[in-house]
Amino acid sequence: MGDLFKPFHRKVMLAVAVAIVLTCALTMNWSWLPKYAPLMVRGIWMTAWLTVVTMGLGMALAICLGIAQAAGPWWLSAPAKGFCSVIRGTPLLLQLWLLYFGLGSFFPQFPWIRESELWPILRQAWPYAVLALTLSVAGYEGEVMRGAFKGVAHGQLEAARAMGVPRFTAFRRIWLPQALHRALPTIGGEMVLQMKATPLVATITVVDIYSVAKRVTQDTFIVYEPLLLLAVVYMALAGLIVLLFRRFEASLPTRTA
Amino acid sequence: MLTLVSATAATSTLDLLAWSPPGWGATLVQGLWNTILIALGAYALGLLIGVFGAFGKLYGGPVVKDLLGVYTTLVRAVPELVLILILYFAVTDAVNKVLVAAGYDPVQLSGVAAGIAVLGIVQGAYSTEVLRGAILSVPSGQIEAARAMGMPPALLARRITLPLMLSAAVPGLANLWLTVTKDTALLAVVGFIELTKATSLAAATTKAFFTFFMAAGVLYLILSLASGLIFSRIERWARRGQRNMSGGR
Amino acid sequence: MKKTAAVLLVALAFAGAASADPVKVGIAAEPYPPFASPDAAGNWVGWEVDIINAVCKAAEMECAITPVAWEGIIPSLTGGQIDAIMASMSITEERMQTIDFSDKYYNTPTVVVATKGAGILPTAEGLAGKIIGVQVSTVHESYAQAHFAESVAEIKTYQTTDEGFQDLAAGRIDASQADSIAIDAFMATDAGKACCEVVGAVADDPAILGAGVGVGLRKGEDDLKAKFNAGIAKILEDGTYEAIGKNYFASSIYGG
Repeated sequence: MGDLFKPFHRKVMLAVAVAIVLTCALTMNWSWLPKYAPLMVRGIWMTAWLTVVTMGLGMALAICLGIAQAAGPWWLSAPAKGFCSVIRGTPLLLQLWLLYFGLGSFFPQFPWIRESELWPILRQAWPYAVLALTLSVAGYEGEVMRGAFKGVAHGQLEAARAMGVPRFTAFRRIWLPQALHRALPTIGGEMVLQMKATPLVATITVVDIYSVAKRVTQDTFIVYEPLLLLAVVYMALAGLIVLLFRRFEASLPTRTA
Repeated sequence: MLTLVSATAATSTLDLLAWSPPGWGATLVQGLWNTILIALGAYALGLLIGVFGAFGKLYGGPVVKDLLGVYTTLVRAVPELVLILILYFAVTDAVNKVLVAAGYDPVQLSGVAAGIAVLGIVQGAYSTEVLRGAILSVPSGQIEAARAMGMPPALLARRITLPLMLSAAVPGLANLWLTVTKDTALLAVVGFIELTKATSLAAATTKAFFTFFMAAGVLYLILSLASGLIFSRIERWARRGQRNMSGGR
Repeated sequence: MKKTAAVLLVALAFAGAASADPVKVGIAAEPYPPFASPDAAGNWVGWEVDIINAVCKAAEMECAITPVAWEGIIPSLTGGQIDAIMASMSITEERMQTIDFSDKYYNTPTVVVATKGAGILPTAEGLAGKIIGVQVSTVHESYAQAHFAESVAEIKTYQTTDEGFQDLAAGRIDASQADSIAIDAFMATDAGKACCEVVGAVADDPAILGAGVGVGLRKGEDDLKAKFNAGIAKILEDGTYEAIGKNYFASSIYGG
């Protein structure tokens, strides 16, 4: 970290950056912060929670999709490929609206839904957000995992089979860990992209940090300051994700041969 | 399935999607056309910024490299939606302030222009990285050999760097094109009438949500499949004369 | 590619230049029947669109109706992308700190619509523990936040009033607060009749709900304001306002 600012021009840039931040902090209108701070904290929590949960669930689904495409029979790999193509070929905003408003338009026609056990969940907005984001992660990461699975040296799997290792154990202990290791840098980048996709859930009434910033604008008519703070929050979250992934990658032993 | 779909609409599905009123087909296709126009404009602007950015990052001085690094990092860390909102108001404000200061009347930037500017700036950051990676992947031995034989830099760029770089860049550029076509949907949040906004208008007015969102999904899929075909053609042309790399994928 | 780029650039330049002359009147880019909604050909129709055309004609101004996202409509006005807002925007003191308003051109009460038989009343006690939906950036949202935030389970905000009504019909929310005319339009639909009932007007709060709907203008644009006021006065005088109203409503919505 100390080396980062050794060159002189970097010191100048750091000074300029600090000056910009101070000017913004002192001259712009931040009077709304104390009133909205608790709401902002809740929004940040929602954004972070959505990112982590959908990434986790999505990766689980992506592993299935990846292995289906890499090694499955045609009646598994074709639907998997089709699913990934559809998800990657349509905008996330459209998928969100289709799930929330499209499914919602069916509810009045089937009154028995309201009596069912699932109603408290179907009623709220966040399950739809989680579903749409999870499917989105699965669609994109399915492609990544497919490449990762195919990239693992096949010889290892053949050797395992020759030694009588059961197929699932070979998958669990040889193929999967190496594929994940290969895909790790890409997955780190994809997690940042996933976090950047979360603001869209504000359009289906989920209260994340973006929704809070818009609420501040509509209450106070201050346009730029909430957006700037929002950008800073997202940059901090992205930086955190990148740092965590770098740490994690560094902790895994890598053979270069 | 069709009964479910038509049950949500007063008129039948085909009527709603028909070309002329009361069908919304023409509006949807108009929205698709706007989407394609903005995507083309933003993509071109992004490529332009990307070329300068990539060269700056590779061959520029340390200050230029760092400034470009800040640009690409900022754009890639902040959600496009937030960037679109900030840039949409800030760009038009800034342009107007400059014009007023210079003594001209403030010009109203049309929605298309603002959308292209904003998405182009965002695309520029990603293009920079793709092009930089592609230029780096050109085998340095070939460039050194050309220099050793006294090839002038312009000829070197045109005959050696560019063709080899293109074949490495095309997959990344294809992804960027798909990204920009889908990012145009975000302009719906600033009210610009592209395909997603047109769809939500039609769905909200007719209450046939499922019909229209599915129709829009189909249109986007057609766009992405067609783009995929075109880009694989382009990639085959860019890779002409190179040895076939079998075995990887 | 080059030719497309050239054509694109020229088109953009013209789009930029040609829009300097007429008065750009911003309407919300989301449908708000019966005031403004798009028809299948993409043209905006409705009572408010007719009033805009009538006022501009009476004031001898050339107006260009410009749909802008409702949430960004005030920043668009202050930023110069549009010159006036005629999107059923209520005249409130809070908004008057940022923008200016013309005289009002209609005034209707604020009403709550709720699921049938749920026993909901338009008061804080009557909504206790329920979920209420409002449109974002409206006086209804401000009112709900100010009066109902303590007692309701949740206040859900939607991009458009229609989306709120959709969720009401779907059962995701228990009640929705909006303008009485918009709610009447919803209750006229099959979905509205089947699911819901109007439970009454909310207690008035003029500071939040405002004193009617007027044309939003940038501060300091006094001559434009005078033109709009003259146009509104003229159509009220010569019967155009009544004639337009007859196409949509049973009685005049000018209000007190």
